[in-house]
Amino acid sequence: MSERGSIIYLDGVIVDYDGFKALNNLNFIVDYNELRVVIGPNGAGKTTLLDVICGKTKPVAGRVVFGKDVELIGKREDDIVKLGIGRKFQAPSIYANLTVSENLDLSLKRDSKNVFPTLLGKSTQDERARIGETLERIGLSDYAQTRAGSLSHGQKQWLEIGMVILQDPSLLLVDEPVAGMTDKETEQTGRLLQSLAEKHAIVVIEHDMEFVRQIARTVTVLHEGTVICEGTVDKVQADDRVREIYLGRQKVAHG
Amino acid sequence: MPENNHAHIRTEPALGLFFWLIGFVLLILMPLLNVLPAEDSWLHLSDFSLNRFGKFLAFAILALGLDLIWGYTGVLSLGQGVFFGLGAYCMGMHLMLTIGKESVYGSDLPDFMVWNQVKALPLFWKPFYSFPVAILGAILVPTAFALVFGFLAFRSRIKGVYFAIITQALALVAWLVFNRNETNLGGTNGLTDFKQVLGFRLAEPGTQRALYVLTVLCLGCAYLLCQWITNSRAGRVLIAVRDSEQRVVFSGYTPANYKLFVFVVAAALAGLAGMLYVPQVGIITPAQIGVLPSLEMVIWVAVGGRGTLAGAVLGAVSVNWARSVLTNYFPELWPFILGGLFVVVVLLFPDGLIGMMRKAKEQIRLVKATRVSQAELLR
Repeated sequence: MSERGSIIYLDGVIVDYDGFKALNNLNFIVDYNELRVVIGPNGAGKTTLLDVICGKTKPVAGRVVFGKDVELIGKREDDIVKLGIGRKFQAPSIYANLTVSENLDLSLKRDSKNVFPTLLGKSTQDERARIGETLERIGLSDYAQTRAGSLSHGQKQWLEIGMVILQDPSLLLVDEPVAGMTDKETEQTGRLLQSLAEKHAIVVIEHDMEFVRQIARTVTVLHEGTVICEGTVDKVQADDRVREIYLGRQKVAHG
Repeated sequence: MPENNHAHIRTEPALGLFFWLIGFVLLILMPLLNVLPAEDSWLHLSDFSLNRFGKFLAFAILALGLDLIWGYTGVLSLGQGVFFGLGAYCMGMHLMLTIGKESVYGSDLPDFMVWNQVKALPLFWKPFYSFPVAILGAILVPTAFALVFGFLAFRSRIKGVYFAIITQALALVAWLVFNRNETNLGGTNGLTDFKQVLGFRLAEPGTQRALYVLTVLCLGCAYLLCQWITNSRAGRVLIAVRDSEQRVVFSGYTPANYKLFVFVVAAALAGLAGMLYVPQVGIITPAQIGVLPSLEMVIWVAVGGRGTLAGAVLGAVSVNWARSVLTNYFPELWPFILGGLFVVVVLLFPDGLIGMMRKAKEQIRLVKATRVSQAELLR
């Protein structure tokens, strides 16, 4: 992996929560069009990693470089979104009191999201078509006019993924997308993420090893804020240190 | 993110028959019932009733704004009385100056200044000789104040209960400042004893009728403005901020700007309400703009049904009507009734009167549907 070809590049990042180093000298590189899965025991710093990339958490040291040379540290969250980084949260975060299509409409990438252009904005044919496409893709075509709050848990997760897709990000950060989903929903989500990986770089955080096996090409294992192993699923599962962490911590390995 | 499902906000339908019907009753029927029937006819609407209703409708304008910021956007402001007061005092100062030598002391200065031994008119009073300045001031002063206050508060990411507390503190500060004689705004007694506006005598029923009609027209415009906002994409952003502010940020919006926008619109509407209130009621004092009145305003919207514009209007009119009827019979009980009403509404009817109506409509529909299906079964 070369620095030049990477979409996101973290170098020596340290996040310090009152003495607890959530990320400890972390180095992490993802290339364009890569689907990367990050695993690790609880408290390994997985969500903090996403928080640092999208500007929610400020590291005390290190560099975060997006694309060729855009430094992300110090930028505001909404500006980072505009640069092309989308984030799907762990708990579905959607607008419960708007319809599914209104949820998607608000998420669409637009020239300006300031108050007055938004106040005067009208939907274009093209925008409606894109929303229709996305509805199809996330399997919610029949629910376009449904109030988002009354969707099932799995459907809410897909809706949020759809919302992130419409932002047209070049990098998608996805935090535990299949938590709480049925097996069938998990499988559909896997296919959705894989189809997205054709156009976008994706970083997925996941616990479910079954699911990791379904979607992952490269897996990064985090432990105590640093990367301890990186490679294919088989390589990672064969790694002694990884086994030690999972066995030592939880007695039973996930995979 | 906790989901807020109970208040079921939906964009309201385009102006229906209902809007025009209410508009007709308020704008044409009520003034006609005041003018045409003989005074002893049961159809006659007294000058007092019409004037009192005008006051309620002025409050409804304020309630619309409060509903935008609280009902739609989920930002609770406990300081709307301040913006109402700024509008009211701007108008009140103009009305004070037009009293001229008709005052008790026969001086060009307002009575309270003579009483307080103020020798010359303070500089900040002088522009208010002009009627246009008073009108513009009543809207622009609260707007500018909200812009500065809101900018500082929302930029510092003050949210939820903290925002409620600092706006309440603002109401307290305003009350204290307006109460001081040194502020030269009439102290505890406020501004009163107005005689005329633009040469029309305020004691004349015709003048009051015109003010009533003006209030209805302003309410109609305010309603249309709010409906335009809530039906736009920006209106959906407001609801989105309420449902999941984090998602709004990560969809590329800056929620602080949207909050500031509605906060300023709400302040402008509160100022307009204050401006219309003063000539109709004939007095404005600090007691009408402090902590308690600001809380009452929140109760209007809660009772009517937050998150619907019709609910805000309905709440302002019905609570104030109940207040004026009930304070007639049990003046000392009113605070308890109001407090009790708030508790009952919050616990049992989170969507207020509008929510109750919707539920009733739904029930009727269900009952009808069951009857039909039963009839089909029996056939």
